[in-house]
Formats: sequence, C-alpha cells, structure tokens
Amino acid sequence: METGFAVMAALFLASAVRISVPLLVGTLGETVTERAGHLNLGVEGMMMLGASAGFLVAVRTDSVLLALLAAILGSGAGALLYAVLTVTFRANQVVTGLALTIFGTGVANTLGKTVVGENPPPAVQAFFALKPLHADLSGIRDVPVLGPVAGFVDAAFLQHNVYVYGAVALALLLAWFLRRTRAGLHLRAIGENPAAADASGIRVIAGKYAAILAGGMMCGLAGLYMPLVHIQTWTDNITGGRGWIVVALVIFVRWDPLKATLGALLFGALAIVGFLLQAYPQLSGSILFSQYVIDMYPYLMTLLALVLANAGRKKGWQGPGALSVPYFREER
Amino acid sequence: MPYVHPEQDPAERRRIDPAIEMEGISKAFGSVQANRDVRFTVRHGEIHALLGENGSGKSTLMNILSGIYQPDAGTIRLRGREVVFRSPRDSIELGIGMVHQHFKLVEPMTASENVAMGTGDGLSRSRAKAAERIRDYAARFGMPVDPDKKVADMSVGEKQSVEILKVLYRGADILVLDEPTAVLTPQEIEHLFAILRRMREEGASIVFISHKLHEVLDLCDRVTVLRKGETVGTVDVAGTTALRLIEMMVGRAVDLSIERPPVGADGPCLSVRGLTVRDALGVAKLDGVSFDLAHGEILGVAGLAGSGQKELCESIAGLVHPQSGAILFHERDIVGRSPREIIRMGISMSFIPEDRLGMGLVASMDIADNIMLKDYALYGGFLLDRGSARRKAQSIVDRLAISTPSIFHPVRKLSGGNIQKVILGREIDLSPKLLVTAYAVRGLDIHSSYTIYHLLNEQKRKGVAILYVGEDLDVLLELCDRVMVLCGGRVTGIVDARTSRKEEIGLLMTGVTGDAPVPAGAGEGKA
Repeated sequence: METGFAVMAALFLASAVRISVPLLVGTLGETVTERAGHLNLGVEGMMMLGASAGFLVAVRTDSVLLALLAAILGSGAGALLYAVLTVTFRANQVVTGLALTIFGTGVANTLGKTVVGENPPPAVQAFFALKPLHADLSGIRDVPVLGPVAGFVDAAFLQHNVYVYGAVALALLLAWFLRRTRAGLHLRAIGENPAAADASGIRVIAGKYAAILAGGMMCGLAGLYMPLVHIQTWTDNITGGRGWIVVALVIFVRWDPLKATLGALLFGALAIVGFLLQAYPQLSGSILFSQYVIDMYPYLMTLLALVLANAGRKKGWQGPGALSVPYFREER
Repeated sequence: MPYVHPEQDPAERRRIDPAIEMEGISKAFGSVQANRDVRFTVRHGEIHALLGENGSGKSTLMNILSGIYQPDAGTIRLRGREVVFRSPRDSIELGIGMVHQHFKLVEPMTASENVAMGTGDGLSRSRAKAAERIRDYAARFGMPVDPDKKVADMSVGEKQSVEILKVLYRGADILVLDEPTAVLTPQEIEHLFAILRRMREEGASIVFISHKLHEVLDLCDRVTVLRKGETVGTVDVAGTTALRLIEMMVGRAVDLSIERPPVGADGPCLSVRGLTVRDALGVAKLDGVSFDLAHGEILGVAGLAGSGQKELCESIAGLVHPQSGAILFHERDIVGRSPREIIRMGISMSFIPEDRLGMGLVASMDIADNIMLKDYALYGGFLLDRGSARRKAQSIVDRLAISTPSIFHPVRKLSGGNIQKVILGREIDLSPKLLVTAYAVRGLDIHSSYTIYHLLNEQKRKGVAILYVGEDLDVLLELCDRVMVLCGGRVTGIVDARTSRKEEIGLLMTGVTGDAPVPAGAGEGKA
C-alpha cells in the first residue's frame, strides 16, 4: 500500500514536471523582458508563433535543431514587432502586447491548418524519447531506504527528456546571468531606471531590444514544447492560455529565475489536479469536470497566482522600477 | 583615463586650451527656447559657477554638455578639440562627469553596483574592485560611503557622495554639479566644498550650479550668468558682489531685505499639545510636541532633515493619525478628522518634498486642472465649473508671475520654481486661516524665493497663521516671528527670531538640550 502511494506520488510529480516546462520557459522569457522594463502581454501570441513555426519545420524536415531554430525565429519576429513599437515608437505596452497575442494566435492557427492531426516525424520523436539522466537502479533496488528513495527520485525527476533539463539549465543560467554578469547588471539597471543607466553610459535602447528579443525567443521555445513533445500533434490554440499563466507567474516568482522553477512546478501540479478531476469525476462529484470548467483552469490559475503574489506583500522590492514606462532621453 | 595629472602643473595647463568651450549653443523644446546662442568657457583647474534664475537654461546647457540633449546649433570644444556627443556614453568617454540635480541612481542596487554600472569591467571581479576603489576615493576625499549599502537606504548626502564617486570612478576630470547643495544640510555642504576644493587642487575643472550666491562667492573662481536662455556674461568672483550678480541674473536691481510685519492681534489659531507620531516600526517620529500659533504670526520650524517636520505637517493636514496628543484649531480638536474636513475648516498645507516632484500636483495635468483638483470638492453639483477654474488659474499665473506658455501647459513641463509657485498659489487661493508650508523655496532662485516671502507676508497681514518649515536659517530668522527647533521629533526650543542668533538655533538643531545628538539624515525615509 505504501509503495503504491509512493509510485502514485512519483508519477504525479513526473507529470507535473512535464507539464510545467512551457510555464517555466515562458516565465524565464517574460522575466528577461520585464527586467528590461517592458511588460509584454504578447507571451501567448509568441508561444503560438514559436509552436506553429517550429512544428511545421519539424514535420517537413524531421530535424530537432531546425525546429528549435524556426520556433526562435517565429517568436523572435513577433518580439521584434513589439520592440519596434514599444521601444522605438514608445507605444503603449499593454495595448501592443494584447495586439501581439491576438495577431500571433491568428497567424499560428492559420499556419497550423496544414499540419492538423500530424505527428512529429520519427527522428524528432526518437530524440525526445531519450531520457539522458535516467539511472539504472537494478543494483540498489533492494537496499533498504536508499533503494526506494533513489527509485522515487528517478521516477519523479530523472526520467525526462532533454527539453525538461534544458529548461532547468536555462533557469540556472539566467539566474547566474542576472546576478553575476556585467550585462545582467546593465539589464537590471535599464529596467529599474533607464535614465540612470543612460547617464552611466549603458546603451539603453540596444539593451531593451536585446532583452525583448531574447525573452520572446524563449517564449517561442516554450510554445514549441506543446505540439512537439507534450501533445505530439497540432490543434488550434494549442498553448491553451498558458501565456497568461506565465504573465502572472512572473509576478508570483518576483522576477527570479530560480523561484520560477518552483513556481512553474507548483502550477504544473495544480494543472494535474485539474486533469485528475476530469478523469475521475467521482473525486469531485460535481460539475467541476465539465469541459467548460476545465477550459477555465489557466485563467483561474492566473488569478490564483496574482492573489498569492499580492497577499500580504507590502514591503521589499516590487519589481522593476520602470516597468511599462517608455523611455525617452530628452523627456523633460 | 587617469583622474589626476600630477605631471601637469595647474598653472601650466591654464595657459593652454580651456577645458570646455561651448559656442553658439541653441536648443528648443517645442515652442520653448531653452538656450539661445549660449557661450560658455571653463578653464582647466577652476571652479566655474553657472548662475541664472529658474528656467534660464542652466540645466539644459549642462545636459547638452553631458550628451543627454542634442543641441540644435552650436559647437563644443574639449581641451581644444571639437567634439560631438551622440549619447552620454560619448561624453563620459571624454572625461566629463555629471552629478544630476535629481540623482540618477538605481535605488534597489548597492553603491558599488551603481558605481561599476556602465563601465567596461566584468562584474564579479569588478564589484570587488569597485568596492575597493570606492573605499579608496572615499578615504581620499573624506566621503563615508559603504559600498554594500543599497542606495534606497541612504540619506540624501550619501546618495550625492555615490554620484560623485561614480564620476570619479570613470576618471572624469571635468565635473558638472547641478544644484548639488539644494538638498544638503549646512554640514554636508561644508563637506562637499572641501571635496570640490580638493579636486580643484588635483587639477579637475568643475562647473557648479547653485542659486545660493554666498556659496558661489565662497567656492568659485569665475561665474557665468544666464538669463532667459542667453549668456549675460562671465566675471571673476574676486571682482564682484552678490548684488552685482543678482542684477546680472534678474536684469535689474533687487532689494534683498525681507520685511517682517508685526504680529496681528486676532488671537490664537492653533494649539498643539503633546503630539506623538510613531512610524510602522514603532519609532517615535514626533515625541510630545507642543506649541501655539496665533493669527497673523509666522512660526518657523527648523531642524535637520528628518527631524519630524514631515510628520508634523501631515498630522495637521490629517494625512497621518497621531498616536497621542491634541491639535486644537480654534479650540476644536482636529485629530481624526479627514483631510477634506480639515481643508474645509480653513487649513491648507503645501509640502515640497526633497525631490520637488511627485507631491501635491498631478504632473501630467495642466495648471487649471491642478487648481481645480483641490477646490472642486468645496462646491456642490455634478458638473465641474471649468470656467471659474480657468479664471482662477489665470489670476494665479499672473499674480505669481509663473512663466508658462499657457494655463493649459502640463505642470510636469514647467521648471521646478514655477511648479512650486503653482502649489503655493493654489493653497493661498483657498483663503486659508492656517497655512502650513514646508520647504516652499527649496531649489528656487533668489527672485522667486523673494516672491514667495512677499506672498507669505501678504497672507500674514490678512491674519493668516503660518507654519513655515524651512532650511535656510538666515531666512527663518529674518522672515519668522518665532522659530521652533525640532531634533529627533522633539521640540528642543522655541526662540524669538528677532533676538536670536543662527548659532543658537544650530546648537538646538543638534539637540544640545541634553538629549543624544541625531546624525544628519537620520530617520529620513522616502518622501
């Protein structure tokens, strides 16, 4: 009975890890963008652009590398559009981001029409079937305590594909970048006080463009995970509102890449709970398993993230000081 | 670029090309011509004052020199070579360092991060190096700065030290300071001057912008005066006087005495008894403050920054609820009443915070709307009466000589002095019985300051009771009838301004009544 529970728990965690990947990568991307002082509500749109471009190329070429590249370019194009409008022309960031989401979703759904119902080709499937960290535990399975613990850890965290570990590595890399590198310091300075950064000789405009493009590209990689690895086919609106959870998660994890891994995992786990309610209606015994209610989960979670992030929080750092404020050097 | 050039004798360098030559500089912002054909030359190793009234184009000229604004016309030569600045980066690379009037620091970051920011050094290594160099410079020039302290936690004086360190760290040998003394205490100013003299000895050229003439006469070698965006002339400090400089600034002779009408006989207005205010952490910001204020009297309030002035003003205005004590206005306790009720009773407050922005006015709204902001509530009805607000705005603009293209100009685009006149003008226009005014002349030029003193005296003659929180002790003694001194939230003395001396108040400010002295900037939060 106890082993049964442990197996269940490990499987639950493993599913949560898998479903948290697009949330994590998207949160990292939006964190980079917001650290430069730009609130990009186009996350959902850029995820869709990356997903469609990447999946199309994967189906046509059967190359993982080209698929990733296409996702980066697709979402990067969306981010570039946003950057030109909000940095160079100082357009309203909220309106521009919303427009990008609507535009990106529409373009992606149109592109995706040609590959609806198709599956990733063999080489791509094989690549993401690899479990590079999966350990051979046959030698210690019968050792007391150590055996079951190792088995649990392996089942929950080590039987994943490259995408999962890539996401975690990206989080660690970004945390190091923001805290320890010169470019990271400059990025933070630009987001906090662009006038001060400018007066210190930092290239503010170039820095903003770089951060928005890099952030958008990460969102594209977040989106590509859905058709390529998670669902393994294309359907309309395949990212299903995850871009909005991301926007809230960034605030929930206080613009911190390390906390983003935990925050994404938490919301991955909540999503699994949602699926379980759907799969076992007797668990809830109510209308909670209705498809319409299930479709609401991303948005409910967005609200939940915002409530949790803002509950009882009145002191300390409240996010980048110049978030969503356009910068113009000659402003008087 | 090394900061010191010991191989070059300052006297030798004076003979070669000047450090800065700006010629024919023009710059317009929309319809406002901020600089017109300005000429400005600074020699090596001198402290050169740039004088002018608010809005005369000093800051614009210096922002052009630091690469923030692009001039519409004109040339800049540095050490004899013509240069064009496309960005602040270009200017920094040529050894120009600017200490801005509104500090350009990233508040959530530490001193060393702010200093290392934008320089070519890699971070992990450079943070340690920056910290070390900060300690180095700090010791050399006597600036006590903790490299690991966050800027947000610093006093204004410390923030300024960080700005100066930032400039030194970049190896600047031309230093521009835009109104550096506006927010400093007298002690901090003395300290700053010692640092600047030290830098001059080491060969640096310094441009010093200030409204305080005695500072200019005390510190500087030469003065260039601007008026309405144009150069009036450059003179040696040795051969000039304060009166002569004011004439150059204003364009005519100005009477510098502050009149002091006698106290009216309309009886008491405000009695404060045992007022105690604690902050969120339970620290007493005001501790048993008691005083009386009569109609037709100006009571000055002196004290180091953060001694409880802000809390006192906000308690009277109903913005802060005191823990204990009474505020009796015409013998009615106003503690616990809402700000709106208090305004209706005839109490007005204007508070100019240290950054001079962001309080009392909505920056993006125009003058008329800002004036309506406070008095619309006094009238009933659903619709706003814009016509009367406009007339009121126009009369305030005319009476206080506020320089603005129109009353429909956003307040944010006015110069600091004009913004302050709008605030004070609005409060006076409500015909208050009690006027609380804090730092009314903060950062204002002489001419505007005197306009404000006259306005206050006019109110005093009408029988208005005035609580005047100020910084300049000379002015407090000349303008006020009595001066109350605060130190660490306690009243350390209330003296007769007619018979007291500055030194006496200075001692009370540091708490010589037996209490422990409070360091400058203590308890000073974000305004």
